[in-house]
Amino acid sequence: MTAVLTEAEVATAAAPRQRRRRASGALAVLPLLAFTAIAFGIPALAMLNGAFTVKDQTTGATSYSTTNLTASLHGAYLTALVGSVELSAVSAAIGTVLGLLFAQAVVTSRFRVLREAVLTASGVLANFGGVPLAFAFVATLGNSGVLTRRLGLTDKGWSLYSFWGLVIVYLYFLIPLMVLTITPALDGLRVQWREAAQNNGATTVQYWRHVALPVLLPSLLGGFVLLFGSAFAAYATAAAMVGSAVPLVTLQIADAISGNVLVGQENVALALSLDMVLVAGLVMAVYLPLQRRSTRWLA
Amino acid sequence: MARLNLWRWAVLAGAGLYFLVPLAASVIFTVDVPDRGVTFDAYTQILSTAGFGSSLLLSLELGAATIALVLLLMVPAMVALRLGAPRLRPVVEMVCSLPLVVPPIAFVAGIATVLKWGPDHLSRTPLFQTFVAIQNPSFPFVLVLAYVVMALPFVYRALDAGLRAIDVRTLVEAARSCGASRPQALLHAVLPNLRGALLNASFLTLALVLGEFTVAQLLGFTPFAVWIYSVGGSQAQMSVAVSVLSLLVTWALLLSLAVFGGRSRTAAKG
Repeated sequence: MTAVLTEAEVATAAAPRQRRRRASGALAVLPLLAFTAIAFGIPALAMLNGAFTVKDQTTGATSYSTTNLTASLHGAYLTALVGSVELSAVSAAIGTVLGLLFAQAVVTSRFRVLREAVLTASGVLANFGGVPLAFAFVATLGNSGVLTRRLGLTDKGWSLYSFWGLVIVYLYFLIPLMVLTITPALDGLRVQWREAAQNNGATTVQYWRHVALPVLLPSLLGGFVLLFGSAFAAYATAAAMVGSAVPLVTLQIADAISGNVLVGQENVALALSLDMVLVAGLVMAVYLPLQRRSTRWLA
Repeated sequence: MARLNLWRWAVLAGAGLYFLVPLAASVIFTVDVPDRGVTFDAYTQILSTAGFGSSLLLSLELGAATIALVLLLMVPAMVALRLGAPRLRPVVEMVCSLPLVVPPIAFVAGIATVLKWGPDHLSRTPLFQTFVAIQNPSFPFVLVLAYVVMALPFVYRALDAGLRAIDVRTLVEAARSCGASRPQALLHAVLPNLRGALLNASFLTLALVLGEFTVAQLLGFTPFAVWIYSVGGSQAQMSVAVSVLSLLVTWALLLSLAVFGGRSRTAAKG
């Protein structure tokens, strides 16, 4: 007699296997979670703890307070924080506009090779930063740089080791980042929309003002905050190029870690780090919903 | 239309100038030395300069260890998410994007604080030996830990894209029906299909480690990027020459990644 399994019997037979599979699945994820808890969690908690800890210089007793956070929002620290935000905002804004113009010129071009080359190069350049980038610009526009000497820029008041010098250097990786971010959105602009606008007698300016830009807006804003975050976190380029000539929060934190500050101020560096995390968290909180919204147009 | 084309070429030419001039100027800077004329000394001296070999070797070792560790942690977890633990997916996704919210400089501030606990509180416990061991200057394992954390977002995205292109469940079930054990199914059926994604993840991680400066410098170690920086203070020509070379190496890495990645994507579609 052949036993015909009922549906219920199949389900009970499969259940233990399913449970075992689920358990082994959790087991495979466990090392990753344990690792991040140690390698990422402990330093993060140490930062949080240190930011709120104050050590009394005479008795050596520690207590929790918001003194460090208050200090990180005053005087030279505040100047550095504001300097970082200004630099990131200005370079992100310029990067957004130039990146959009450049991407638009490439996307509407008839040469497929150009498009592929620009996208590949953007992927490479957007990952390019740090010390080599700083040295390349020092060789170009620094005090004895090739262009500085040939064009006599120093006499005209040019200095690379300044706010605008940093903006020019940062744009080198921000514009490619913007090109990568905005190209899918530009591809999503249908030719029919432009034709429809033209048929209704709209000029190019009107088309951009009323059709293209509103559609692109979520992607543009998303790109802007992404660029902002990228510029805000940058340290190596600035450290290798300007030293501390331009006040930046990353340079201040580095100074404190290296011990170049007054005794008792180490924890202010951790408070500054916490400030940075809050700004970066805000950036991501704006970016992620915008990114989800912009993908709606591209479906 | 003609006006539009002119405008487009102006934009493209401007961008071309901006992106090519610093590279060309760097090369000119290194070979055309004032008062000495054209010379290739900057490049020939690199090999014999103290620290070049050891720092490059250290960076490559750190890169290899980071890639091995990050893949060992991530591949089983990502495959398991597809097979039997989809409910853990949001957790893993969040854990892997957390490093994006903490800038490297803030991360290293936290690490430095933790490392200071060693001498302060733990000098009598066995944990102290661990703290000393992971800060061994000849192979600072603490950097590997930091780099794995920093690589998580990239590796997650690369592996996720690779896994999306294949049906893991069917592959494993087919291998199991043919008598393969679970590890065998993973090693011989799933991993070969993930080759492109694994390569992507490894290349991105290697590029990250080779260029990383912030964490290594502030913890006081000297891998390649920190060495370039330290040379910059004394020998301007040579530091730019090394920068040009390291750029070429990184770009070759990332370009090959773009070519590989592009090919695997079209292959998956076709």
